[in-house]
Amino acid sequence: MSVNVVLVAVVGTLFAVGVYLLLERSLTRVVLGLLLISNGVNVLFLIASGGAGQPPIVGSSAPERMSDPLPQALVLTAIVITLGVTAFLLAMAYRSWQLHEHDEVQDDVEDALIRRRAERDEASSSYDDSAGGTLDERGADPAGESTQDSRDGDGAPIGPEGETP
Amino acid sequence: MNASALVPLPVILPLLGAGLAFAFGRSARAQRVVSVVVLSVIVAVAAVLLTRADAHGPQVMHLGGWHAPIGIALVADRVSALMLLVSAVVALCVLVYSLGQGVTEYGPDTPLSVFHPTFLVLIAGVSNAFLSGDLFNIYVGFEVLLAASYVLLTLGGTSGRIRAGTIYVIVSLVSSVIFLTAIALIYAATGTVNLAHLSVRLEDVPDGIRLALQLMLMTGFAVKAAVFPLWAWLPDSYPTAPAPVTAVFAGLLTKVGIYAIIRTQTLLFPGSEISGLLMWAALLTMLIGVLGAVAQTDVKRMLSFTLVSHIGYMVFGVALSGDDGLSAAMFYVVHHITIQTTLFLVVGLIERRGGSTALDRLGGLARSSPVLAVLFFVPAMNLAGIPPFPGFLGKVALMQAGVENASPMAYVLIAGAVTTSLLTLYAMAKAWNRAFWQPRPAEADGWHRDAEDGAADSTGAAGAAGPATDLHRGPVSVAEPEAAEPSRPLQLAMTGPAAALVLVGITLSVVAGPLFDLTDRAAVDLRERAPYVEAVLPQGGGP
Repeated sequence: MSVNVVLVAVVGTLFAVGVYLLLERSLTRVVLGLLLISNGVNVLFLIASGGAGQPPIVGSSAPERMSDPLPQALVLTAIVITLGVTAFLLAMAYRSWQLHEHDEVQDDVEDALIRRRAERDEASSSYDDSAGGTLDERGADPAGESTQDSRDGDGAPIGPEGETP
Repeated sequence: MNASALVPLPVILPLLGAGLAFAFGRSARAQRVVSVVVLSVIVAVAAVLLTRADAHGPQVMHLGGWHAPIGIALVADRVSALMLLVSAVVALCVLVYSLGQGVTEYGPDTPLSVFHPTFLVLIAGVSNAFLSGDLFNIYVGFEVLLAASYVLLTLGGTSGRIRAGTIYVIVSLVSSVIFLTAIALIYAATGTVNLAHLSVRLEDVPDGIRLALQLMLMTGFAVKAAVFPLWAWLPDSYPTAPAPVTAVFAGLLTKVGIYAIIRTQTLLFPGSEISGLLMWAALLTMLIGVLGAVAQTDVKRMLSFTLVSHIGYMVFGVALSGDDGLSAAMFYVVHHITIQTTLFLVVGLIERRGGSTALDRLGGLARSSPVLAVLFFVPAMNLAGIPPFPGFLGKVALMQAGVENASPMAYVLIAGAVTTSLLTLYAMAKAWNRAFWQPRPAEADGWHRDAEDGAADSTGAAGAAGPATDLHRGPVSVAEPEAAEPSRPLQLAMTGPAAALVLVGITLSVVAGPLFDLTDRAAVDLRERAPYVEAVLPQGGGP
């Protein structure tokens, strides 16, 4: 099978740029990164189908000279799936902006808790049960604050804790 | 009679049902009828398929009349039919439970009409992934179920769910991209995506390339199955969703990943070179997962960690790659689907009754709600592997398979499995002690949500308000603490399905003999490969 070097280089570039964007905190850039990687995979399918040929319609040309139709069908399916998922991700980024006025991918609840405790130089919550180590959505320790529902989910908006210290 | 005409039904029916449920968006009752009827029919179809596949070999449906390898084949052999049956039963129970839970959990402004259609689409995706005889169709099945799971996880779009959902969606998408890349490379190497055809053609591929393809596929599936080191997304994202959603995710989604690992490992890459790697992954998944569970103070998060941990047992069975190991792994999958779903449903009940899932806010539930105590205790002991229950049988079978494998690594894994089992018991005992046996902590007194439906009619609610709460409130009459109770009474529509699943879990112990015979036969099929390949490609692999 002959391989088009230009296409291979395109795939490599798309993957590299996509991975770089994927490592960003902003959800919009993550979406762009995923789009680029998906396009990279689509081009990869074109490489897998071999060289270009005649349209794959029965009777129009000899089967050996036709291009392979299956990868094109697969790419079409993949494009549709990517479209739907991208729409969902953008909606989620918009919702995140509505709620928090940013679209940063936020830390794991437990990561945030550990970081706060490290800053205050405290022991872990499971070290002493009486300290009350419940997690709320902010990763804060509600025992030190006024008691509130830790799991109400739609309580006070989460502050911009996404930045790394 | 040939039952192959039934094979597409578990995929088509939920999709049609989802359309109908959307059309009936304004009538909650019509939606409920559609969902329950569709899932009940799927349970029946799956049962028929399992008996047929067991008696007459794999049932194959070539979609559109195009025979494999050109067209897409749906195949119900013993493994996939068994998975399908268990998933359908679990999904039906979860659906009934979510009906009983009603709208209260989602809040007044949530478009609840989305729940039923999305749930059905999720089941369609799961069925498609189980039945598909085509690698790309498995990818489509994954995407269908993942797209539905994105919607279910972020239901209502609240702050916490958006935060958890973002991570979940991104991680799932990355795993899908890896899977799709692997498919493209496999197509480039072999020129086919039909599983049976691949099993013939991959033998001609050079060893190095085959190993690379295998590792890529495995990476994609390992993210979905939450195998170490690719598990960290799970305990963070699952607990924020509503209880029935978490339950169905915990039961089905990770097991689809495990099924894909079993299928591709046995059919495409027999005599695997990476079983040593899988053993390490299994060991670390078990230990790190359960250590995370021990450290948690929230029941939902604790269960999410035990879910990760017990995935390790199944990977252990697959890594042993003998008949016994595969058979035990399949038994364990069946057990784990039911048990993990049951526990999450019961935690939903605890949340409703006790008003929280945080262990330091719960207490006294054994006295205030003995039924709930039994519903939690039995599956918790089952998960930890206490003898009469199937959790014990599955673990013993895995360890026997490990002893027969007799490699040093297998013994290390057996030790790890025993440790994990003990630590699971510790975590479950901790949850039991604090939520059910200890008196309700004083801190919970100042915290309550509006209980407009009034807990006054809940039986024995006074038991929950132990002496500790009285310190803050001063002298109280018998009626007063009940008015301040954050809990709501349990409904039969919620306890019923949970109790049914607990019973299913115990019944697995009763039918363990026939079930092990079935998984033994399924494991032999998987290892021989010929029954599957001949059923899909009766005229041979072709050129």
